[in-house]
Amino acid sequence: MKNKNLKYSIILPLVGLISIVMISCERGFSDDVDLATFPTNGDIYIDDPVGLTDEFFTSFDPATGANTNGFGTDNNEVYEGSSSIRIDVPAPDDPNGGYIGGIFKDRGEGRDLSGYDALTFWAKASTSATIEVGFGSDFIEDKYAVGVSDLVLSTAWKKYIIPIPDPSKLVQERGLFLFAAGTQSTNGASYSFWIDELRFESLGTLGQPRPRILGGQDQTAQANIDTSVPLIGLTYTANLPDGQDITVSAAPSYFDYETSNPFVASVNDLGIVTVDGPGQGGDNTAVITASIGGISAEGSLTIEAVDIDVISIFSDVFANVPVDNYNGFYEPFQTTLGGAVNENGNNIIDYTMLNFVAIEFYGRDGSDVDPIDATDMTHLHIEFRVNETVDASDYINMELHNNFTLPNGISGSFQILGTELLSNEWVEFDIPLSSFNGLTSRDAIGMMLFVTDNNIANLSIDNIYFYAEN
Amino acid sequence: MKNRNLNIRLKSILICSGLCAGLMGLITNCNPDETQNVTNFNTISMQDEFDIDGAPNPAIWTYDIGTGNNGWGNAELQYYTDRPENVVVENGMLKITAIQEDFEGSGYTSARLLTQGLFEQKYGRFEARMKLPYGKGMWPAFWLLGANIDEISWPFCGEIDVMENGGSKPTIVSGAVHGPGYSAGNAIVKEYEFTDSRVDSEFHVYGIEWGPRYINYYVDDVLYNQITPEDVTGDWVFDNGPFFMIINLAVGGVFDGNPNENTVFPQTMYVDYVRVYSAD
Repeated sequence: MKNKNLKYSIILPLVGLISIVMISCERGFSDDVDLATFPTNGDIYIDDPVGLTDEFFTSFDPATGANTNGFGTDNNEVYEGSSSIRIDVPAPDDPNGGYIGGIFKDRGEGRDLSGYDALTFWAKASTSATIEVGFGSDFIEDKYAVGVSDLVLSTAWKKYIIPIPDPSKLVQERGLFLFAAGTQSTNGASYSFWIDELRFESLGTLGQPRPRILGGQDQTAQANIDTSVPLIGLTYTANLPDGQDITVSAAPSYFDYETSNPFVASVNDLGIVTVDGPGQGGDNTAVITASIGGISAEGSLTIEAVDIDVISIFSDVFANVPVDNYNGFYEPFQTTLGGAVNENGNNIIDYTMLNFVAIEFYGRDGSDVDPIDATDMTHLHIEFRVNETVDASDYINMELHNNFTLPNGISGSFQILGTELLSNEWVEFDIPLSSFNGLTSRDAIGMMLFVTDNNIANLSIDNIYFYAEN
Repeated sequence: MKNRNLNIRLKSILICSGLCAGLMGLITNCNPDETQNVTNFNTISMQDEFDIDGAPNPAIWTYDIGTGNNGWGNAELQYYTDRPENVVVENGMLKITAIQEDFEGSGYTSARLLTQGLFEQKYGRFEARMKLPYGKGMWPAFWLLGANIDEISWPFCGEIDVMENGGSKPTIVSGAVHGPGYSAGNAIVKEYEFTDSRVDSEFHVYGIEWGPRYINYYVDDVLYNQITPEDVTGDWVFDNGPFFMIINLAVGGVFDGNPNENTVFPQTMYVDYVRVYSAD
């Protein structure tokens, strides 16, 4: 949308000029009329900044701790030519800011980078360190932002390649480079790194493009009509000329999206899925898929339009209520490790060495977390994935505790059998709350307990919510 | 297209040689017959465009089946079959597919096609247009063996590797010869590196031009190596008789190591055509 506006603003004066020419001497369109294209120069910093804004480097907001002092150039330490960029990464307690980072912006209206396939540069550091780099961020839209959060620098000069997921999108890009560096990888020790020969290149040696949404997983979700859910876990993997894969985060606008059922759900160019209606003919599901440059992305979202009231404890679709923790760590009897993790862009709860574990939401240790009043709810939705072999004799004993830790506390239990579970596959359960034996009231549920007695030691859980159909 | 380019280059060599010879003649009046010996290979003697879907043409191709001796001498991991899962002609291409599966005690299956006993030729241009798989442990190859292998054994029969690729190096292929005194780890080999392309993203033509006392190695229209009797550390066994062709996709083994957790299965080696030319 923005592109169009900018283009028209340039086209209109041109059209005006041409009109005058045509009226005055009745000639046809000139072959020189070239509509709204932008410079194609790929160079960013060779021995000097190339076509960047006067400030050259635009820092992240110092209010966030960004240190604006550590940025400069170096005429001694270069890979090639006479100068490199030198960045001094501050220690976390530096009074001028505990990390450094920012962007390089084109000084004009942007560049046409559609003829390139990668951002490349040479870099080295005073010690092995991990930094974040990217491009496509202009601090305005960040529409085509690409990032690598774990680029490992060594003490020798090395060439780094950051692939462009779909160069055809970059017809007017101002965000030419981004970096951010702290001392997380150096145990708080400050260090320096150098960047040289920073440019966009057409390499031709990148292969095996693999876009992914939702971390490449096929996920399912229920959502209410007129609600929206963003697609997350958007990445693009390419194989580098040295045979190694690199995976970058890719902004939603690189992807083209498709819905299998427009009567149920639509998705916009920012990857926001909106549930539009209940569907037709009893089909209330839509499968959302995506592609980059005609290459299908791994992963999909099957969304089921529902009309339910929800109190969500853990889900990427519904707004979650605050909880105290996803693992109460009851010592000394509990062996269970783990908690909430991001698995390829999908937030899940992952437990290992499980004998029993609790999710707590009652205000433990004086926290502000309130217990859940599930009086108007009818079901608990929960999904389990057993990350090991499942035996028929395995079980998950679930308990819900009302008024947990209080003298009038009660609890109800429900057993899931090994025969209902699958090894390394998600299985969904919709359990009537009336099936939790002993749960005679549920106006202040504060704890959800999972007991396996180590028969199932490795268990993942996702999409935990109470609901009632309207 | 390819041949025309080659011919143009060969003609320019001839012209240059002629000019040089002429100059030499003017200056020294030496024997004008001592010009460079160049052979043109313009006559198609065998071609398979893989136009008919199904199993490969049995009049041209046969198969090695199984695991050979110690993974075909190279600690390769695959079991070769002639099943359509592993080898089929489809959409104008020969497809050799490596699959990760338990099969007859092996962890992978794939295919190896030979023209042994069906098409054998001494000298000529041998070329195949191919797109290769990628990832560590993938070992696609297009190569020739002396047709007398069953009589005098390897490496005395000679082996000409037109193209080998290790999947962990998607921009590098190599060509080699093996013979008595220069086999296996001592083969005479040279790599070719793509600077703006890859073996797995585009089709490329891999070929040799083989004549008396020389083998020229090509990728597309680039001549990247010539091997002559002066280059080998043993007897030159490539002027003795006909050779047959082999196309295979090995998994694991000594060339690129074994697959790792990032190696994708199944994967396919695509062969658009195989063409052999002989001298006029």
